[in-house]
Amino acid sequence: MVSTFLSLPSVSPSAALSVQDKCKDTMKSVTSFQSSFFGKDKQPLSMKTKSHGRITMAVAVKASRFDNITMAPPDPILGVSEAFKADTSELKLNLGVGAYRTEELQPYVLKVVRKAENLMLERGENKEYLPIEGLAAFNKATAELLFGADNPVIHEQRVATIQGLSGTGSLRIAAALIERYFPGSKILISSPTWGNHKNIFNDARVPWSEYRYYDPKTVGLDFDGMIEDIKAAPEGSFVLLHGCAHNPTGIDPTPQQWEKIADVIQEKNHFPFFDVAYQGFASGSLDEDASSVRLFAARGMELLVAQSYSKNLGLYAERVGAINVLCSSPDAAIRVKSQMKRIARPMYSNPPVHGARIVANVVGTPDFFNEWKDEMEMMAGRIKSVRQKLYNNLSSKDKTGKDWSFVLKQIGMFSFTGLNKAQSDNMTDKWHIYMTKDGRISLAGLSAAKCEYLADAIIDSYHNVS
Amino acid sequence: MNSSSADRRLYMLSRHLAGTISNEGSGISSSPTSAGNSVFGNVVRAPEDPILGVTVAYNKDPSPVKLNLGVGAYRTEEGKPLVLNVVRKAEHLLVNDRSRIKEYLPIVGLADFNKLSAKLILGSDSPAIQGNRVTTVQCLSGTGSLRVGAEFLAKHYYQRTIYIPNPTWGNHTKIFTLGGLTVKTYRYYDPVTRGLNIQGLLEDLNSAPSGSIVLLHACAHNPTGVDPTFDQWGQIRQLIRSKNLLPFFDSAYQGFASGNLDKDAESVRMFVSDGGECFIAQSYAKNMGLYGERVGALSIVCRNADVASRVESQLKLVIRPMYSSPPIHGASIVATILKDRNLYNEWTLELKAMADRIITMRKQLFDALSARGTPGNWTHIIKQIGMFTFTGLNTKQVAFMTKEFHIYMTSDGRISMAGLSSRTVPHLADAIHAAVTTVG
Repeated sequence: MVSTFLSLPSVSPSAALSVQDKCKDTMKSVTSFQSSFFGKDKQPLSMKTKSHGRITMAVAVKASRFDNITMAPPDPILGVSEAFKADTSELKLNLGVGAYRTEELQPYVLKVVRKAENLMLERGENKEYLPIEGLAAFNKATAELLFGADNPVIHEQRVATIQGLSGTGSLRIAAALIERYFPGSKILISSPTWGNHKNIFNDARVPWSEYRYYDPKTVGLDFDGMIEDIKAAPEGSFVLLHGCAHNPTGIDPTPQQWEKIADVIQEKNHFPFFDVAYQGFASGSLDEDASSVRLFAARGMELLVAQSYSKNLGLYAERVGAINVLCSSPDAAIRVKSQMKRIARPMYSNPPVHGARIVANVVGTPDFFNEWKDEMEMMAGRIKSVRQKLYNNLSSKDKTGKDWSFVLKQIGMFSFTGLNKAQSDNMTDKWHIYMTKDGRISLAGLSAAKCEYLADAIIDSYHNVS
Repeated sequence: MNSSSADRRLYMLSRHLAGTISNEGSGISSSPTSAGNSVFGNVVRAPEDPILGVTVAYNKDPSPVKLNLGVGAYRTEEGKPLVLNVVRKAEHLLVNDRSRIKEYLPIVGLADFNKLSAKLILGSDSPAIQGNRVTTVQCLSGTGSLRVGAEFLAKHYYQRTIYIPNPTWGNHTKIFTLGGLTVKTYRYYDPVTRGLNIQGLLEDLNSAPSGSIVLLHACAHNPTGVDPTFDQWGQIRQLIRSKNLLPFFDSAYQGFASGNLDKDAESVRMFVSDGGECFIAQSYAKNMGLYGERVGALSIVCRNADVASRVESQLKLVIRPMYSSPPIHGASIVATILKDRNLYNEWTLELKAMADRIITMRKQLFDALSARGTPGNWTHIIKQIGMFTFTGLNTKQVAFMTKEFHIYMTSDGRISMAGLSSRTVPHLADAIHAAVTTVG
C-alpha cells in the first residue's frame, strides 16, 4: 500500500535535543534510584542500555504492564471482508457484511445524500456542539418517520428521542438505561440474532437469554418456540425484536404473528425493544416496514426503539441513528430523556452533527424526501429481483426437488441459506464466496450477473458437503 | 432470581392489587403501560449537565447584554462561532470528490487520520512511532477517547484506580467511573497563589499505590489554566516513573494554548521519550474547531510493537459494542488538512490567531479590572493559559453575576476567555467588580 501523505514539519532539532538532553541528565541521576525501586516491582525486569540516535539512555526494559493481554480474535462479520480483500481469485464474491452494492457491485452513495451535502456546504453551517440529545430537527424527523407524523403518540409528546451513534450506539444507550433502572431484568434475544447484540448487552451488563426463532427444518420461523420462550421468561423481561428484515435470517413474522407476539408480551408485562435498522429498505416502503412497531404502539404499550440510517440512507460511516422511548405519559418521556442524556455525556458527550444534518435535510425537504423514497425503492427492488433470480436458478438447477422457496419468503438484505459451517466453508474455499459461518449471505452484495454462479455454489455445498 | 427482580415483581403485583391495572375477562391483561401507568415511574428527572446546562440557561435568557462564558467553544471578536477557513476548504474537497463513499470505517477508524494524529502529538520523528510501539484508534473526540481508554484499563489493567487533579473538567469523574475505574484526586490548584500546588501534587502521587493511573492535562489545564513549568513536568515525570504509575494524558488544546503545536505537546513528548508507557486522549474540537463532528484519537504508547498490536485488537472489542466504528466526516477533514503541507501551514496560522486573540482578551480583562481598581490580585488572568480562566469567584458571586449582569459561567468560577470580545470585556469587568465588592 503506497503511503500518500506528506511528512509533517518535524520538531526543530534544537527543541528535540533539549528535551532529550534534559531527560538524559534526569535519567542519569535517577537510574540508581530507579533500580532499587524497580526491584520491588511485580514484573520481571532487566537493565539494558538503549541507544536513541545521539543519546544513550539507561532504560529499565521492564516487561510491559500489558504483557498478559492476548490477541483478540477478529470480528466474525467484519473479518469476512478482510479475508475477501486478500483473495486474488477473479471469481470471488463478497456476501459478508451488510452494505448495499449496486449491480456493478460498487458501494452506493444516494444521490439525495450528495444533494443534501452540497446544500449544507453552500449554507456554510457551523460546527458547534450539538446538545447531548443531538440535533433537534433530526430527533423530530426520526420519531415521525418511525411512528408516522400523525400518530397520536407524537402529538401527545410521549416519545423520548435522542440521537445515537447509529444502531449500535442507540442500542447501547438503551441497554445502559435498562441496567440502571431495571437492575436484574434480563433481555430476551432471538436465536440467532445479529452477532453484536450479545456484545452490547454483555458490556452494558444486562443479562440476556435466547428465545427460539429460526427453525432449520423449515428454514423459517419457529413461531411456537418463540411464543413459548417469551411466555416462559420472568415477568417484566425485555424482549428484543427486529422491526423488519430480521438479521441474520431474513425471516419476519407475519402481521397475524406480530399480533400474537404482542399479546403474549402484554400478558407477561414484558417490555418490547425494537431494533429497526432497515426501515424502508426491506419492503421498499417506510410505512410498511414500520408496521410492527406501530402495531405495538397502537396498543398503548411502552416501547424502546433503536433506529439506524446506515442502510436506508446509505450513511454507514456517518453513524446516524436514534433511540426512542415511547412512554405512557409526556412527563415520563421528559424524565427518561434526561436520564438518557446522563448516559450519553460520559460516553461521547454529544453526537456527531454531519450525518444527522443530512437526515434532517432529506426528511425535511419534500423534494429530497420523495427522491429518497424513490432511491430506497430502487435499492429494495434490486434486492428483491436478485432474490427472485437466485431462486429461479436454484430451483431450475437443483434436480433433487429441494424446496428453495424460503429465499423468496425471506426479506431484506440477508438470507439464511440453511448452510452449516462446513458447507459455508466450502462456499469460500472452493467457490471464493465470502459469507458468515452461520450460513448468512448478504443479497445486497449479489449482482444479477452472479446469481447463477451463486446458485451452483449453494447447490454444491448443500448436497456434496456435510 | 435476585432481590431486584423480586422487588419489581412485587411492585407490579401491588399495582395490580391497587386496581390501577384492569384485568378484563378477555384473557389478555392490558400491560401496565397501556393503562397510562409507566414502568418509568421511578425515573426522576435528571438535572441539566453542569457545563452544557449553562448554555441551556443562557439560551433562555432574553437579555440583550447576556454573555455566554460557559462552555469552551471559541468565538470570534464578533461573538460568532468560527469554522476555520482551512476546514471549509477541506470540506469542499471532500464533498466535491465524487469518488468518496460512506462505507463503514474499520472499528479503529480512518487509518490516515490515526497515523497523522499520532505524529501530531508525538512528533513525526518519534522513535515510539518508528518502533511501531504506538497504537492509535479514532474515537469520539476527547470524551470518547477517555471513555474507551477507561473501559480498556478496567478490563485489562491490574490497577483500577485513576488519580485526577483537583479540580478537573467536570465530565472526567463520570467518564472514568462509568468506564469502570475508581476515581481519587491529587492536589493541583492552590487557591492562595492561584497557581500550581506542586508540593501537594508530588506528595499525593508519591503516596499512590504503585501502578495507579494518573490523569494529566497535557497543556491548558481545564478549568484552572494553570500548567506545570517545564522543570515541574520533569519532576512529575520522574516521580511517576519511579512509582511505576501509568500516565493518561488528556490533550484537548494542542496548539490552542501557546499557539504552537510542538510547545503544547512538550509534556507528552517528555514522557514518551523516556521509553515508558502512557495513554493519550486527543481532541480536535477546539484546535480545529470541529466541536460537533466529534473527532479525536486514543493513542497507547506501549513497551514494544507486539504489545501494541495485541492492545489494539482488544481496543476493538471495547469499541464494537459501544458504537461499532467511528464517524467518518470529521476525521476525513483532519486527515485532509494534516497530510497537505499548504493546508497544514494555513491551519497553524489560524490556530495561532485564535490563541493570540484569547491572550489579548486576557490582557484586556486584566487591564479593565486594574482600571476599575477591583480589589484583589488579578494577575492570574494573564498567567493562566488556554481557553479558561479560574477567576477565583465563589458560587455566590457567580450566581450574582448571572442574575444581575446576565453573565453565564460554571459555578466553580471558570470563564471561557474564548467567549469574550473587546466589546464585552467592559461588561464582564463591571460584573466582576460588582460581585467582588458587594457579595462575600
